Amino acid sequence: MDSTPSAGNDAGQLPEPLSGLLSGQPAGPLTAGQLRELYSLMVAVRHLDTSAIAWQRQGLIPGYAPELGQEAAQVGSGYAVDTARDFVFPTYREMGVARAMGVDMVAYMSTHKATWHGGLYDPLESRLAPIQAVVAGSVLHAVGWAHGQTLDQTDGVAMAYFGDGASSQGDVHEAMNFAAVMRAPVVFFVQNNGWAISVPTERQVAGGSVAARAAGYGIPALRIDGNDVVAVVDATRRAFAHARAGHGPVLIEAMTYRRGPHSTSDDPGRYRSLNEERDDAGEDPLERFRKTLLADGVADEAFFAEALAAAKAEEEHIRAGIQALGSRPGTEMFDLVFQETTPALQAQAANWREESEHV
Amino acid sequence: MSSAILEGGAGMADGTPRRGVEQLSMQQALNRALDEVLAGNPKSLVFGEDCGRLGGVFRITDGLQAKYGPGRVFDTPLAESGILGMSVGLAMAGFHPIPEVQFDGFAYPAINQIVCQIARMNYRSRGTMPMPITLRVPSFGGIRAPEHHGESLEALFAHVPGLKVVSPSNPHEAYHLLKYAATRPDPVIFMEPKSRYWQKGEVDFDSADPSGSPAGGPPTGAKVMREGRHLTLVAWGAMVARCLQVAELAAEDGIDVEVLDLRWLKPIDEAALAASVRKTRRAVVVHEAPRTSGLGAEVAQLITQSCFDTLKAPVERITGFDVPYPSGDLEDEYIPNIDRILFGIQRVLEYRRG
Repeated sequence: MDSTPSAGNDAGQLPEPLSGLLSGQPAGPLTAGQLRELYSLMVAVRHLDTSAIAWQRQGLIPGYAPELGQEAAQVGSGYAVDTARDFVFPTYREMGVARAMGVDMVAYMSTHKATWHGGLYDPLESRLAPIQAVVAGSVLHAVGWAHGQTLDQTDGVAMAYFGDGASSQGDVHEAMNFAAVMRAPVVFFVQNNGWAISVPTERQVAGGSVAARAAGYGIPALRIDGNDVVAVVDATRRAFAHARAGHGPVLIEAMTYRRGPHSTSDDPGRYRSLNEERDDAGEDPLERFRKTLLADGVADEAFFAEALAAAKAEEEHIRAGIQALGSRPGTEMFDLVFQETTPALQAQAANWREESEHV
Repeated sequence: MSSAILEGGAGMADGTPRRGVEQLSMQQALNRALDEVLAGNPKSLVFGEDCGRLGGVFRITDGLQAKYGPGRVFDTPLAESGILGMSVGLAMAGFHPIPEVQFDGFAYPAINQIVCQIARMNYRSRGTMPMPITLRVPSFGGIRAPEHHGESLEALFAHVPGLKVVSPSNPHEAYHLLKYAATRPDPVIFMEPKSRYWQKGEVDFDSADPSGSPAGGPPTGAKVMREGRHLTLVAWGAMVARCLQVAELAAEDGIDVEVLDLRWLKPIDEAALAASVRKTRRAVVVHEAPRTSGLGAEVAQLITQSCFDTLKAPVERITGFDVPYPSGDLEDEYIPNIDRILFGIQRVLEYRRG
């Protein structure tokens, strides 16, 4: 792993753009209240993420895609979203983003309960597109949505999440090219977590950096320490300001590390040792932030204890909500395919009703 | 553009002026439909490769950018997945995209976005994110085009839950079906028979009966293009005109052939199909696509299910072959020709049990 930029994440503090000129001034520095809020969000996400794995082991949910170690990248970027005007296009591993944006977490987790593909939350109200399992599938959607804002002359910005693995997909190239050609207000937020299931970044991303590719499209790019939540907030805000001002897309590559498995079905022990994992992951972003807050006198032990207690209470509430989720009525299987159903589908639904009632 | 308005004057019930009947090519009829859709819905957008300044390689979008501006009608980079993926986001943002892929074979690079995204987003989002996307696909063969410029993808698209599929057979159908498709809230694959683009025909703009049924209404089902008593030819797209030719030739031998233009390949108008075949008691399905797992199999099964008691013979299929679409020199051997269709009719008429 010594040759890969994912190891150790030495991107450091917010750098100058790798390419292009990133206009737009960042908002003022975060207040003490905002810093504490970020910490509370990170603790809530960490606790929920860890619990979701336990729920899977207990049989409450059939599967989950953990994000252990990516709390700073997810919470920091999601925190910069203005849900009054922006729109976010997630993958299947953006629970921290959803939480930071204030999405109903029972409805979010329902997709992992296998209740409904895409989740039960209202994407229009929450400003979070349905969960997306096709790698890079939604990156182009962000470009289309963003171009729609240009046509409508709003100042909304789309943010598309994808990973180092997804950057190998052709749709990411097409999305970056389309966005650059149309000057669409899109923030491409890459979480380079070092792994695409079992394949490390150096076997996935030729050249070693997704951000470096942006230069080829004339898109300004930032490569940041994705484990530093303050740096993530700052970079995302700068990117939003740039796109909102009509200067076109921005790419942020947040260097982080997926500390856990790809999913609850994955066994990372087959492709990396615990020693490698410990050495490459670097410092825990949550612990790191906690030390900073403590050293800067922004928060104290009582606050940390309170944040953890709140996270536990929240997790129990979400767990209860998940447990209470029944199956969706079978009719929805037929009713939600089209806005205007078809006679054949109606006939199949009628047949299903008749036969299931007689079982 | 010829504009021989044969009647006019009085307004329609909905306030639009009567525009009468014109002789138009299918290319002109499609252009007119797009013009009216763009005029009627400010959220509708026409885009794709060369759709703007050039007006499309088939000129279907001719003049539209000049009229509606580059915000409504525009050229995209050359990338089909990008065109369709962008359409998803635009639909999420409240637009009504009418994208074009330049040739049928170039829909393949966009299959992921069409099948995994466009077709499923309404379902995935529980109806909160409809995909009112009309994908125009110049389709089928018959123009001696290079490889990948002549394909019949209807079975592939019709098989995908969440998509609707339609194909016009003449200028009148092209106008009414496109106007209808492009105002629906669900994704529609609009398969234009490119070999018919330059054929002229009457377009009755004010047709109170685009449905093709006595009850009137929108063009949602199949349409009997020629009444007959002895046998039903079921076709769509470019094959409808060929089947009408065949019907005229068969009539010389005293065989009275009914021609049913299926129009919608998903959903298939099962009632119209059953009504026609229960009358004629014999059916031949004609399509350009390869035979195995083609739409002809679906049509034959629907006929069997609804007309088994009255059928005089098994449903016959006259189709393309299970070969890659051949070069221009062999195209006429591949596409069902008049002789092959006549042989099929003969086999069905002469069928004897056991």
